[in-house]
Amino acid sequence: MPKRSRMSRALVRRETTAGYLFLLPSLFFFITFVLVPMFICIYTSFFDSNMGKDTQDVFIGFNNYKELLGDEIFLGALKNTLIIVVVSVPTVCIFSLWVASAIYDMKPALTSIYRVIFYLPVVTGSVAVTVVWKWMFNNYYGIFNYLSQGVGLTNQNINWLGDARYALWCIILILFTTSVGQPIVLYVSALGNVDQTLVEAAEVDGATNTQVFWKIKWPQIMPTTLYILVITTINSFQCFALIQLLTSGGPNHSTDTIMYYIYYTAFKLYRYGYGNAMGVVLMILIAILSAVQFRLGKSKS
Amino acid sequence: MRSQKSMAYRVIAMILVVILALLFLFPLYWIVTGSFKTGKEINSTTPVWWPSEWTLTNYETLMSKQTANLFDLSIPFSQYFTKDGEAIVFLSGPEVPAAIRWLLNTVWMAVAAMLLTCATAAMAGYALAKKRFVGRGLIFTLIVCAMALPKQVILIPLIREMSSLKLYNTISAVIYPIVGWPFGVFLIKQFAEGIPGEILESARIDGAGEFRTFTKIAFPMIKPGVGALAIFTFISAWNDYFMQLIMLTSTRNLTISLGIAKMQAENSTNFGLIMAGAAFAAVPIIIVFVIFQKYFTRGITMGAVKG
Repeated sequence: MPKRSRMSRALVRRETTAGYLFLLPSLFFFITFVLVPMFICIYTSFFDSNMGKDTQDVFIGFNNYKELLGDEIFLGALKNTLIIVVVSVPTVCIFSLWVASAIYDMKPALTSIYRVIFYLPVVTGSVAVTVVWKWMFNNYYGIFNYLSQGVGLTNQNINWLGDARYALWCIILILFTTSVGQPIVLYVSALGNVDQTLVEAAEVDGATNTQVFWKIKWPQIMPTTLYILVITTINSFQCFALIQLLTSGGPNHSTDTIMYYIYYTAFKLYRYGYGNAMGVVLMILIAILSAVQFRLGKSKS
Repeated sequence: MRSQKSMAYRVIAMILVVILALLFLFPLYWIVTGSFKTGKEINSTTPVWWPSEWTLTNYETLMSKQTANLFDLSIPFSQYFTKDGEAIVFLSGPEVPAAIRWLLNTVWMAVAAMLLTCATAAMAGYALAKKRFVGRGLIFTLIVCAMALPKQVILIPLIREMSSLKLYNTISAVIYPIVGWPFGVFLIKQFAEGIPGEILESARIDGAGEFRTFTKIAFPMIKPGVGALAIFTFISAWNDYFMQLIMLTSTRNLTISLGIAKMQAENSTNFGLIMAGAAFAAVPIIIVFVIFQKYFTRGITMGAVKG
């Protein structure tokens, strides 16, 4: 503690005051609009609450959580969410790595153009993207039915979004187009930062392209991969706008995700306590997943 | 032999990337051309790839459907003193198509959220990185923990909180939680760690006050980080549909995405009108993005590298 002892008491006080004054505005917003609601979320999950003006919240202990375990719609939503995560996280990672490695060593202007194109669906915004896909999937006027009949896949109109067999996959496809933008941007910059002297040395030694990629580039872009895994997982877990605008969870709850079912419970059924209990479960799930991914990433690198 | 093979691979990869890029552009192309098609071409079972006649009907409908004041300026905090909890409006703009008001609302929301976030996070990140005080570790741990949690779970409790603060159904209700989200503080802290302590020390010895040291010395050094954060916040505020959906209800308070979504719910088969709305919502932000593309890319990568 040599540093601490050199600081005079007046200085310590000055540091403390300044530190808290600088923190104050940010802490105000953080506590009021993030921490407090988070605690309310956990607290309300133990109550039967409908937020009505005249009704009182009733403490029911773990009953909301018990009900969750037997709620088939919730379990279905959980299953759908996991399907989305399990399918979209690896495909997004592999696809964006492939696209990035194909475009990162082009002429800078060309790389920029491709980067902009693949990032466009993110900027366009989920609502604009979703409404056009809704039209493309429409069973009378949609281009998908025209194309699939044109190539002879089907001979009748398919109600893509209204059919439980296809709806979730349509959602995964759209989610995919809005998810790859950021990973591609990140991979392009990571691949550009790979130490060129190592790559050249390996090539002189007669390494093939595949070997150079796996032995030299892959370890160096590992931190980026890890970051992409984490953000894509979180984004897939939180998939909401697509569901709400495309299918509203239908047909018959077959495309509910946890996030959508929380919304449905709270804003259509007015069961806030029950919705919050689901929120808590989602928090725990994401916390566990992030921890596991970080562990895996740390042990590998 | 090896170079030949990789040459062939490169050509195939090039062709594939071009095809993929065209597929990624297609929805946008479909929005823009669709917005100019006549009802007959929109509802034709054989897709019309290029409008045979360009019509403005869809945009006319979009602009005439609903109207709102261009802006409403109200007395700050007046909602706490009126009986109905509504703020007192002292100046209203002329009546314009609601879509224009929605666009203005969205710009205001995203810019205000961006500026507030950058200002508060810059100060807080700097303090956490460079000031030594009791409770610093605890605050930082809280921030990291909160960051790992899904943002949307706080939305249900937020509604109740916003109603009791009389902020429900105001743009502020969307802005404040974005500002409170701790990612920015975390990001700036990573940048501020790089400020050499000696420089701050010498500024202090020269008699510069704490705030002056921050604005004149620390802030210029964390500027790249603040720039990255600004872009990050702007995009995420613009796209935060869920928050807007549950917080904003009356026509004059909607954002453009929300307005289009509501319109879609009410006219679900008028695809021409919906495409006009989507184009109206998407094109301005796409133009901003293409112009500032370099900064966007830098912001996105920098946020990831440091975060």
